[in-house]
Amino acid sequence: MAETRTLRVTGKEPVADDVVALTLADPGGARLPDWTPGAHIDVILPGGLTRQYSLCGDRWDAHSYRIAVLRERGGRGGSAYVHDVLAVGGVVGLGGPRNNFPLVPAGRYLFIAGGIGITPLLPMIAQAELLGADWQLLYGGRREASLAFGHDLLGYGDRVHLRPEDRHGLLDLPGFLARWRPGTRVYCCGPAPLLAAVERACAGLPPHTLRTERFVASAAAGLARGAPFEIELARSGTVLTVPAHSSVLDVVTAAGAGVLSSCRQGVCGTCEITVLAGEPEHRDSVLDDAERAAGTRMFACVSRARSDRLVVDL
Amino acid sequence: MTAPVSHADPFGHDNLEDPGPLHESLRAAGPVVRLSRYDTYALARYEHVHAALTDWQRFQSAAGVGLSNFRHEKPWRPPSLLLEADPPRHDAPRRVLSAIIGPRALHRLRERWAADAADLVDRVLDDDGGVVDAVPALAEAFPLRVFPDAVGIPADGRENLLPYGDHLFNAFGPPNDLVAAGAGRIAGLSAWVDARCAREVLTADGFGAAIWAAADRGDLTPDQAPLVVRSLLSAGVDTTVHGLSAVLYALATNPRQWERLCAQPSLARVAFDEAVRWESPVQTFFRTATTDVTVGETVIPDGAKILMFLGAANRDPRRWDDPDRFDLGRDPSGHVGFGMGLHQCVGQHIARLEAESLLTALARRVSRIEPAGPVARHHNNTLRAWRSIPVRLHRK
Ligand SMILES: Cc1cc2nc3c(=O)[nH]c(=O)nc-3n(C[C@H](O)[C@H](O)[C@H](O)COP(=O)(O)OP(=O)(O)OC[C@H]3O[C@@H](n4cnc5c(N)ncnc54)[C@H](O)[C@@H]3O)c2cc1C
Ligand code: HEM
Ligand code: FES
Repeated sequence: MAETRTLRVTGKEPVADDVVALTLADPGGARLPDWTPGAHIDVILPGGLTRQYSLCGDRWDAHSYRIAVLRERGGRGGSAYVHDVLAVGGVVGLGGPRNNFPLVPAGRYLFIAGGIGITPLLPMIAQAELLGADWQLLYGGRREASLAFGHDLLGYGDRVHLRPEDRHGLLDLPGFLARWRPGTRVYCCGPAPLLAAVERACAGLPPHTLRTERFVASAAAGLARGAPFEIELARSGTVLTVPAHSSVLDVVTAAGAGVLSSCRQGVCGTCEITVLAGEPEHRDSVLDDAERAAGTRMFACVSRARSDRLVVDL
Repeated sequence: MTAPVSHADPFGHDNLEDPGPLHESLRAAGPVVRLSRYDTYALARYEHVHAALTDWQRFQSAAGVGLSNFRHEKPWRPPSLLLEADPPRHDAPRRVLSAIIGPRALHRLRERWAADAADLVDRVLDDDGGVVDAVPALAEAFPLRVFPDAVGIPADGRENLLPYGDHLFNAFGPPNDLVAAGAGRIAGLSAWVDARCAREVLTADGFGAAIWAAADRGDLTPDQAPLVVRSLLSAGVDTTVHGLSAVLYALATNPRQWERLCAQPSLARVAFDEAVRWESPVQTFFRTATTDVTVGETVIPDGAKILMFLGAANRDPRRWDDPDRFDLGRDPSGHVGFGMGLHQCVGQHIARLEAESLLTALARRVSRIEPAGPVARHHNNTLRAWRSIPVRLHRK
């Protein structure tokens, strides 16, 4: 039955300077939720710190996720925890997967990665290759040793252009984008200055050509709540407690509230409930950012509360 | 180990009329049963059907979800970009359609469909005095009234939708008499449906136009858009008609459950999902093994076709207490009547909203749905369907 979803670290290895790759699996060995290239998960660290990491493994492996984490020196401690404390056998919470950066169908792709921004592009590249699409990757970073997965990518031959800054200077975006032809999609992920430069360089191309993702830390993101919270069923006035290891769905259905569910993974959308008061903590794969911020709907199988109490229309 | 063998024909008329005994014998025989007649494997227990539905890596759809194996046989129509596709090709059409007909997009249809349902029920009570065949008068009339408008196709020719879907769902089975009976008309029906998928014929505010808008944004390619519209017209009509027939039949023959619904109309959604579990309007779909797959102790060889009995899984006593009982007190969650996993019905929220609208309108106006004559099944190779459910609706 659905408890709060967790992942166990089953592997941890350095893949570049300041980058570790983690392999994550369900503690009971179950299948993990399906995902598509460009997707990320929420990793919920002990203490409730929640950080997003792009899935960079193989979706044909239904039993493990792979992420790669860069140590962020100026950060509030999420990536440092992953590097310094989280070890094989450790457990983290899971939200998602969600995909705000999907690979759309096209015959040709130009991929541009800056540093750790390579992570969502890796499964896209595997997919482009599988579909026989024509593609090229321009991959920049500070030094060769900081280009995670650079060595593996060289297996793709002359489609891949590794350009560490200490040897090549800044990326030659106009030169790379000169390969653009009608129907080509451009995908870019990396630090803000790179994204801004790519946006400028693509300004003359048709709309919807460029798709980007930013790894920005959201200032608003509060801590995930480890403690129990209360849920009030507005129609009856009943107040229930959701313990740390039970889902909202389990608690309200045990009380006879008649909420239908199906996937129990936050994917299918069946267990939607209307939130009248309180602040939900969304962990589903369905809502977009605006709907999350509105906070009026949630999926009871996976999502929880940030506030002490949620009032729901049940 | 070799699997137990069944010589039964799941697509024969006896089994289409009453699949219960066949389902029972398949479940009892073991996790996997060989169907000698079609040289395929069958899964009928909940656990194994659920596992196969979710394991798209080893149980693929792109080789066809009917008996025909697209690895060796040419599909009768260009394959569906959703139902008959595997990742990665499945990704973009699924993502686009989920956003257009997902739960969040349907909120704007709620009020309109509630009003349409109220109007339909009022008319049935006024014009026919409440004595009607529930299949055409309600189960067909309501989806045909709201769904084609929501997609945005023009009004003329909509009577083609049901026969098209009927043939499509027959064609997932073997080439038997049911397929032969539809073969004569299908070219014309297909041409009609295909012509309704073009951008020019669709209204600006419907699901169809939203699919074309996704193509304009590059989320789909322009040649994918008409096929995604076709998925709505193929999978969205007969299924809901038979889903609504199922819940109406269940409520007519279980008056206590009808009283429960009248006392608590918010049970409408539970009632519908319980009917989808109980009756399983979509009874079966096939998969194809992508490698040698071990289920139980049987190795299903690469390329073999596997028939998943959703209807049998939904009444597996290993999973459900008293499974043959239609009961609004049970939690039908987790049934596989809409499938499960990557291909799980993308239209399920539409189906639920249609049912909720109609059942709520009925529960407000009707005190009793009384059976009023012999019922008749409609046989289809995939769908569990009704031709006729005569009822008398008692006005409140
Ligand atoms: C969709 C998505 C996918 C991602 N994928 C990956 C990935 O694959 N690999 C990866 O390594 N990282 C990825 N990230 C980034 C990751 O989620 C974390 O932001 C990163 O690991 C840093 O976490 P931190 O706690 O160490 O630092 P944070 O505290 O998150 O700090 C990160 C940056 O934000 C600045 N900052 C500090 N305080 C604040 C504040 N109050 N408000 C806003 N900014 C502040 C810091 O100076 C620093 O530059 C992704 C982010 C998103 C949104
Ligand atoms: C009671 C009504 C319905 C039932 C019982 C039903 C059942 C199903 C089932 C069992 C599947 C899974 C197929 C598989 O796994 O191979 C499915 C898929 C699908 N359904 Fe439905 N359905 C219903 C209504 C609808 C409606 C109203 C629509 C459209 C608006 C729709 C569109 C689809 C589509 C497009 C798919 C393919 C999804 C994919 O492969 O990703 N269905 N349906
Ligand atoms: S049950 Fe599928 S989203 Fe909650």
